[in-house]
Amino acid sequence: MAIVDLSEVRKSYVKGREEVEVLTGIDLQVEEADFLALMGPSGSGKTTLLNIIGGIDSATSGSVQVSGQDLNGMSRRQLAKWRSENIGFVFQFYNLLPVLSARRNVELPLLLTKLSGKQRRSNADTALEIVGLEDRAGHKPGELSGGQQQRVAIARAIVADAPILVCDEPTGDLDRDTADEILELLEILNRDHGKTIVMVTHDPKAASHARHVVHLDKGQLSTGSNGEAA
Amino acid sequence: MSGMGLMWANLFRRKTRTFLTLFSLLVAFLLFVLLRAVAAPFAGEGLSVDGANRLVVTSKYSIIDLLPLSQLAEIQGVPGVEAVTHQTWFGGNYQDPANFFPKYPVEPRAYFDMYPEFAIDPAQLDAFENTRTGVVVEEGMLARFGWSIGDRIPIEGDIWSLKDGSRLWQFDLVGTYRHRDPGQMAPVALLMHYDYFDEARSFEEGAVGWYTVRVSDSEQAPAISGAIDARFENSTSPTKTSTEAEFARSFAAQIGNIALMATGILSAVFFTILLLTANTMSQSLRERIPELAVLKTVGFSDARTSLLVVGESVLLCVIGALLGVGLGALMLPAASVATQQFMGPVTMSLDILMQSLAFAVALGLVVGALPALTAQRLRIVDALRRG
Repeated sequence: MAIVDLSEVRKSYVKGREEVEVLTGIDLQVEEADFLALMGPSGSGKTTLLNIIGGIDSATSGSVQVSGQDLNGMSRRQLAKWRSENIGFVFQFYNLLPVLSARRNVELPLLLTKLSGKQRRSNADTALEIVGLEDRAGHKPGELSGGQQQRVAIARAIVADAPILVCDEPTGDLDRDTADEILELLEILNRDHGKTIVMVTHDPKAASHARHVVHLDKGQLSTGSNGEAA
Repeated sequence: MSGMGLMWANLFRRKTRTFLTLFSLLVAFLLFVLLRAVAAPFAGEGLSVDGANRLVVTSKYSIIDLLPLSQLAEIQGVPGVEAVTHQTWFGGNYQDPANFFPKYPVEPRAYFDMYPEFAIDPAQLDAFENTRTGVVVEEGMLARFGWSIGDRIPIEGDIWSLKDGSRLWQFDLVGTYRHRDPGQMAPVALLMHYDYFDEARSFEEGAVGWYTVRVSDSEQAPAISGAIDARFENSTSPTKTSTEAEFARSFAAQIGNIALMATGILSAVFFTILLLTANTMSQSLRERIPELAVLKTVGFSDARTSLLVVGESVLLCVIGALLGVGLGALMLPAASVATQQFMGPVTMSLDILMQSLAFAVALGLVVGALPALTAQRLRIVDALRRG
């Protein structure tokens, strides 16, 4: 069964007096534990589609079923709770809170759970261990390299054990070697931890780490070399 | 880390700005504590309940107008009146006007009968009664002025002159008094013998400042007040009878409406602080719009996000208030030394502490309301684009 199931998804917004259609009837299924790369040129609607899958933006029309939930019918509050349980986000520019240490950044999603402080710290340390940063737990983002910050962001995305990771250009701000390390880490999370990953990228080398690739252009999907669109 | 930890970390992201804002809040709450403490006695707050069965009879039109001593017997005759005595404002200076303390001509024995809460050695009371130039003072004044029993105390009269036209009054210190309750302080004053004062002064013989009346039943005080005033309604010296607390308030009001002045100053200070703190919070919010979006992305609800923002604002104001109140508590004893000579000690009460904290929370809520609303309405995708 598809963990992400989009049908006839459209997204438009008003710019001045003009209505701009970003997504024009997207049909997409992503199976559980899949690793999907979403490619396309700038302005093609990749990030908009990713945001809709992650529940931080809404479709203008169409059906958005993720983790068995119809996201269109959910309130902002329900969506917030749903995101905390189902989605881990990884951004291009890491989006860590600069005033918090790596451990505390990772701990953030756990503040919404009923775990004790000790348990939260322990889980955060485990997540940092998975991404290989256990020795940097006390460092603030400003004291870490770009690659290390992205690892912290990935640890934050997996700490609450969300089944889906949505990654928006996760290697876009990194050099080649560091990008490869991050992509290998995502592969491990997909292969060994069963995480479903939907990754937006415009880098073919990054996309090659995914099991499937789909291309988005002018708001429409087309099948890629190692992927499929419905 | 908890929600509080997150607020704390955010609060100190720009340390200089936060410390400057905290310093402003500290000064505002320090002023609040000092002015409230000083204004409280003028508003009649914290007055002793010792005088629940005591009334004060003054001139109807002004408490500085004198009353004829002949009224004493008539007041004594009003049903329900148990005892009557009188006092008069002497004024005057000891060595330097800066050494100010109240001085009252009184009837020695009647005075201490009227105020059983003040203790005086019986032998000293006898000496006071039997020495025409004798005076007694609050016991703390001995150390303050370096006096000993038996000393001669010169007072220069500013209202009252002697019959020979001079203004230098000479008194003999014969005793001290104190409050029976060690936790309370008797009024800092010099009490002199009324008979000597009346005979020696150059004018207004046979007049007193006000009468103090003890009633047998405090429940009947309003009716007895009415009866006393009715008795003198059509005389040349009509009276106004009030409770001791009301009298203290009227007396203090001669200086001005201290409470109103304090409120005016504090309103101006806190309005400025409100704008300053609101500006700090708005700047702080603008700087981290994308971070708030991240919080919402990982699952923080709109309400929880806005609560973090308003909580941070309240935390800032409460820290500032606690610092100000703490410093105020340290400063009040020193201020009290300066003020107790004419208005009694000013103290840090639980009321002031609670008011400060309540005010800090209210200030924090007002200051944080708009940023919290902004945080609540924040759309994640728009906010992330601003990162």
